Amino acid sequence: MTKNRKIYALLAVFAVALAVFPWIGAEKLSVREIAAFAIGDWTADGMIFFQIRLPRVLLGLLAGGALALAGAALQVIFRNPLAEPWTLGIAGGASLGAFLARMCPFLWFALGPLNTSQALALLGAAGALGLVLSLARRSATGAQTLLLAGVTLGVVCGGAIMVISGFISPWKLAEFHRWLLGGLDAADWASVGALAALAVPGATLMALQARNLNPLGLGEEMAAGQGVDVARVRRWTAIGAGVASAGVAAVAGPIGFVGLLAPHAVRKIVGPDARLVLPGSFLFGGALLAACDALGRWAAAPLEVPVGALTAVLGGPLFLWLLARRR
Amino acid sequence: MNFAPQLVLHDLRFAYESAGWELRVPDLSFGNEPLCGVVGPNGSGKSTLLKLAAGLLAPEAGAVELGGQPLARMRRLQIARRLGYLPQECPALFDYAVEQVVAMGRHAHGGVLELSASADRAAVDRALADVGLAALRQRPLSQLSGGERRRAWLASALAQETEILLLDEPTQALDVHQGAAVMEILARRAAQGLHVVAVMHDLNLAGLFCDRLVLLQAGAIAADGSPADVLTASRLVSAYGDKIEVLQRPESNNPIVLAKK
Repeated sequence: MTKNRKIYALLAVFAVALAVFPWIGAEKLSVREIAAFAIGDWTADGMIFFQIRLPRVLLGLLAGGALALAGAALQVIFRNPLAEPWTLGIAGGASLGAFLARMCPFLWFALGPLNTSQALALLGAAGALGLVLSLARRSATGAQTLLLAGVTLGVVCGGAIMVISGFISPWKLAEFHRWLLGGLDAADWASVGALAALAVPGATLMALQARNLNPLGLGEEMAAGQGVDVARVRRWTAIGAGVASAGVAAVAGPIGFVGLLAPHAVRKIVGPDARLVLPGSFLFGGALLAACDALGRWAAAPLEVPVGALTAVLGGPLFLWLLARRR
Repeated sequence: MNFAPQLVLHDLRFAYESAGWELRVPDLSFGNEPLCGVVGPNGSGKSTLLKLAAGLLAPEAGAVELGGQPLARMRRLQIARRLGYLPQECPALFDYAVEQVVAMGRHAHGGVLELSASADRAAVDRALADVGLAALRQRPLSQLSGGERRRAWLASALAQETEILLLDEPTQALDVHQGAAVMEILARRAAQGLHVVAVMHDLNLAGLFCDRLVLLQAGAIAADGSPADVLTASRLVSAYGDKIEVLQRPESNNPIVLAKK
């Protein structure tokens, strides 16, 4: 199978995830009742399938895809194989912004699929990105420094969220506990729309730079010599990754490791060409997050495990295994 | 068939303020001879000069012109179709195959990694054959020796098929025979019309292969001319210090530069 064909295999994985995961959950669904709902009768199973499960699976596919795509692009522009929205603190900054908007009723404002949660998430992501970018520019040997700064930033943002939550009534806090760990359980069609409103433009920006990302794999100077406007490619890719990550953080909170794991796995399959790795990461990352979410729904049913916690517990070791296999 | 100098540096000034160091180039043109070497002691400004010429660094004063057009006003893609630049090191982020590294050289012409146009494929094949890596084209970079890796990078720059190619120490850290092999490759391409400008550490290789040498000393041009004119004992002693000795190669008049105790 050629590398170009392998991308179709990833597309098939994505499609299977979309077709299978809505059937997984605490409630066993009957095909007949879902079909009845589809043609106009109100049935409980149909309601669960179309209004809860389907948007939730779509949310997982889209969020995981956006995170993985952002990870794949960030790894190249920061020239760091461990970069992703979470390890660079972008997810943390965005989550802090989104949390502020949710916690402070006077900040809340919504217009169609857009609301202040996304606006503040964007602001948080921009702040975090600005910080790590200026750090990356300042120190020449910044690979480790960058990750330390990013992870620290994430911890600081997490801490800030905890401090703010100390001032909030416990009832209100319980509502957001899941979101704090990274969760897809509040999914409805509105949140799918809200995520798409940021994830689609962000992903588009990154996809447009895919071709220019390849020469960067051999260093900035080599890339410049081969005709890449390095600063410009960096800027637009970072903006795209920031927008997509902010979109995910605003609806699902901080979800780690998908952005790290999926691109590495995809490179094993299709090779290092960014024009295959970027779409491949979207497909694989989406399926991966949706699978983790389905697992979280199934394993502890009728309770649920937040998907962010699950990706960390499952994704971490798998990533270590990938690293060990590298050489 | 070269009428006008193609790459011209006018009244260039560039400073590293914190180090109190600056480079001044009143007037310098590249692209009139097949193989031009830029030599000089460490810290004399060789790499900086090359980066300025490639447009990777912006001068504080003066301008670099490519075919009469200021580099600063050209897009990188436009520049890269005519002027190649190979840095000292090309640290690979992922484990590319040799063929993919070489294919990246076609970026400015439209093809990257997976080659579509036959012109791209032909250029890559030619470059691979020239550097002698055709048999290793599928081999990942991590499985190459230092010399082979350097030749893979060189092939990437050759595949770009520019009029002028700037190389920063293409023979760095290579054995004597490997270094000479790289210079042979460059000389062969130069004979076919490529104008090569290479920063060289090894004065003997430079003297043997280059048609012209530019000697830098403390950010200024100390000498510019044929190897026999530039590699003289008096010039080199003043640039490198007195622990140096210049002999003549017996069969030709090429100078040999040796260290002295």
